[in-house]
Amino acid sequence: MQHVVIPDIGAAQIWREKARGFLASGIAPDQILWGEVSSDADLFATQPPAHKQGTITVPRSFVALANTVVWHNDPERFARLYAFLWRLRTAPHLMSDRGDSDLARLRNMEKNVRRCQHKMKAFVRFREIGCESDKRRSFAAWFEPTHHTVEPTAQFFVKRFADMDWRIVTPHVSAIFEQGRLSFVTGQPKPDLPDDASEDLWITYFRNIFNPARLKVQAMQSEMPKKYWKNLPEAASIPDLIANAPTRARQMAESAPTLPPKRMAQVQAQLAACTSAWKGPEGALEKDIAACTRCPLHRSATQAVLGEGPKDASLMVVGEQPGDMEDLHGKPFIGPAGQLFDDVAAAASLDRTSTYITNAVKHFKFQAKGRRRIHQRPDADEIAHCKWWLDAEVDQVKPELIVAMGATAAQALTGNGASILSRRGQIEHTATGQPVLVTLHPAYLLRQPDAQRRSEAKDLLLNDLEVATRFL
Amino acid sequence: MTQKTLDQKLAILSDAAKYDASCASSGSTKRDSRDGKGLGSNDGSGICHAYAPDGRCISLLKILMTNFCIYDCSYCINRVSSNVKRARFSVDEVVKLTIEFYRRNYIEGLFLSSGVIRSPDDTMSDMVQIARKLRHEENFRGYIHLKTIPDAAPELIEQAGLLADRLSINVELPTDAAVQHYAPEKKPEQIRKAMADVRLRKDAGKDRSFSGKRLPRFAPAGQSTQMIIGADGSNDAAILGQSTRLYSSYKLKRVYYSAFSPIPDSSAKLPLIRPPLEREHRLYQADWLLRFYEFELDEITSVTADGNLDLEVDPKLAWALAHRAVFPLDVNLASREMLLRVPGFGVKTVTRILSTRRHRALRYDDLIRMGASMKKARAFITAGGWTPGALTDSANLRARFVPPPKQLSLF
Repeated sequence: MQHVVIPDIGAAQIWREKARGFLASGIAPDQILWGEVSSDADLFATQPPAHKQGTITVPRSFVALANTVVWHNDPERFARLYAFLWRLRTAPHLMSDRGDSDLARLRNMEKNVRRCQHKMKAFVRFREIGCESDKRRSFAAWFEPTHHTVEPTAQFFVKRFADMDWRIVTPHVSAIFEQGRLSFVTGQPKPDLPDDASEDLWITYFRNIFNPARLKVQAMQSEMPKKYWKNLPEAASIPDLIANAPTRARQMAESAPTLPPKRMAQVQAQLAACTSAWKGPEGALEKDIAACTRCPLHRSATQAVLGEGPKDASLMVVGEQPGDMEDLHGKPFIGPAGQLFDDVAAAASLDRTSTYITNAVKHFKFQAKGRRRIHQRPDADEIAHCKWWLDAEVDQVKPELIVAMGATAAQALTGNGASILSRRGQIEHTATGQPVLVTLHPAYLLRQPDAQRRSEAKDLLLNDLEVATRFL
Repeated sequence: MTQKTLDQKLAILSDAAKYDASCASSGSTKRDSRDGKGLGSNDGSGICHAYAPDGRCISLLKILMTNFCIYDCSYCINRVSSNVKRARFSVDEVVKLTIEFYRRNYIEGLFLSSGVIRSPDDTMSDMVQIARKLRHEENFRGYIHLKTIPDAAPELIEQAGLLADRLSINVELPTDAAVQHYAPEKKPEQIRKAMADVRLRKDAGKDRSFSGKRLPRFAPAGQSTQMIIGADGSNDAAILGQSTRLYSSYKLKRVYYSAFSPIPDSSAKLPLIRPPLEREHRLYQADWLLRFYEFELDEITSVTADGNLDLEVDPKLAWALAHRAVFPLDVNLASREMLLRVPGFGVKTVTRILSTRRHRALRYDDLIRMGASMKKARAFITAGGWTPGALTDSANLRARFVPPPKQLSLF
């Protein structure tokens, strides 16, 4: 009869070495007495003989199983593992026979240890033992696991809390992590941990996240068994929460609906301003546009550029957005594209002073490149935000025809900004049925690489503006 | 008005957050802080650090940034017409709470949601700022779940997805009509568009760039959503139909079902009822059957005439009781698909049956050791040493599983 003592710290490695030796020497399970440190030596025990060395092949899944089961608190765990290992010698397929009663037992023990490890990860509660302002903060916890789970679970805490010192003290083995080094000791007394202000906040959180209308005490207890409660700071409030829950739920049901607070009308008015059409007193539109912060463009642009022209104009011309000069001057269509537009408009005998001219987007969107501002096309979101103002302008001026110059204006007015070249010169309609003539933007002319193409494009624009004058 | 303390704010803003069911912290990228330069880890599976007496797990610090809200959704405690106390956290307060709770091992991370203040973009950009501060200034490697605001600007959603593990947008109610009725300011089409957007960004993140480099992962733990059950008249077929559409269209990780629960200061529009907890439970079971047990939607919902799940027995048992012709199955011969349909057999049990079957014939006792719930399963299977005899077709089989009748309360 052989007596083997497996120490508390490093049990997995030592059991493995011993078992390997016994197996190599062909010693049967009934010839070995496995003991923990605390167990007394057997009366008939003899010193183990020098082990034979040899290669032992064991299914990999057994090694993983043994590495977990050795941490179980059952004193027979080492013997059970060795007995099963002994059987595996001749029947390695046993590892996949889930109906085998020895394996089922071991798997069950494995499950217990896994669960205990998981609960340890969940229920250890640290308190700060150092000072909050320390460069490397230090924390400590008292925990009472069911199985010997401190050693196999310590790596989890190392991975998670590597930038602080911590210690998890248990009645059995304690883990200490200091300056990035992990060590284990036994026989630590229960520490007297200082009060921790964050713990009160945590209890406040626990009390308030609970919904008294759905009491499911059993569901809670099956996952957070009572044996853990004494070391969980929040668990002290559980009896009180359960006792008051029915009353609180009844009060909710019985209390009559209250009147909405005064604030509500104001808030909803604000909200309405965001979703519906602009509704303001006469003459306030310009002021409101100038103060617009509906999209981020207002942050970088100088100012919102308002529309210009008589409020009863029969023709409304909509461009894309203000450019560099427009942004600085606060007037639409005064830059190079604006001047080009004026030329073509004059050629089409279109009187700019009797036309209302505005832009689909009121703020200049650009990218700063060195000392220059490079124009950027507004995106769909910005167009959609600014459409609100455009709609308000259309509503105020009530033109007979709107000329949409370029893709952005077409997008804002007709909901479609694609293929302008094939759509130009035709009358389309807004969502509310107003006629819209789609045409090119004067800036398109400026972008043409040679005079030939520029004059062709200019003819197209001229042609379209003539269509517009004839329409009126 | 005096300034509220952190404790008072936490009380108000966690109370306001409890109606969100999700508290998952699983399924994200594996990472840790062994290098000593950061705080936190994630190993793919979630940890529930505590349980409240309502049976829900507490894994994340689930709070609202503010419970001021300009919307008026009848089912919500934070709607503009409610008289609950209001509070607002500053960015630093949320960051500090998260870090201090995390260091004490109370939580896995942060679940941040918010009422809509001023405009959707302002709200969303504050939330993104919190996440950014946690990730970049505190080097926090724990879990972050952000509730996105549907009509926030796409750039903000993109930043949120790069910082957070999970994004979610609640569809709130099973049908568009119900959303329009109870949450007039919310737009179902906009919510769907936002979910589609998250999916596309996530898909795009999987591609390698031209130089073979991986793009930064977008919301690695995916997106989820929540539906309130029992507030409107939708039946379970409609609810499950909606969730199968959501799962397939937007590749959601989870659809959460939340039994409509009484709230303090409720709206006159929605009468208070006891939360239909049993129905919520059955919907989750059906959801699992659809996702992991290869059941089709109409197989589950066609068992009863009104399209609602049977509240007395679980959906798999209800299906088996209605299709007794295919039972009893021989566990030593039946296919995996059929074994998955046996009440009392889970996915794990079935895998164990299949692996052991390769070596020897299974007996009744083996099944007990494999974790099968034989009280349910025995009427539907044959195994070595066991045959159910007339039990499978007996008229009172259903009565064996149904809870005993209760006397009606007189009050």
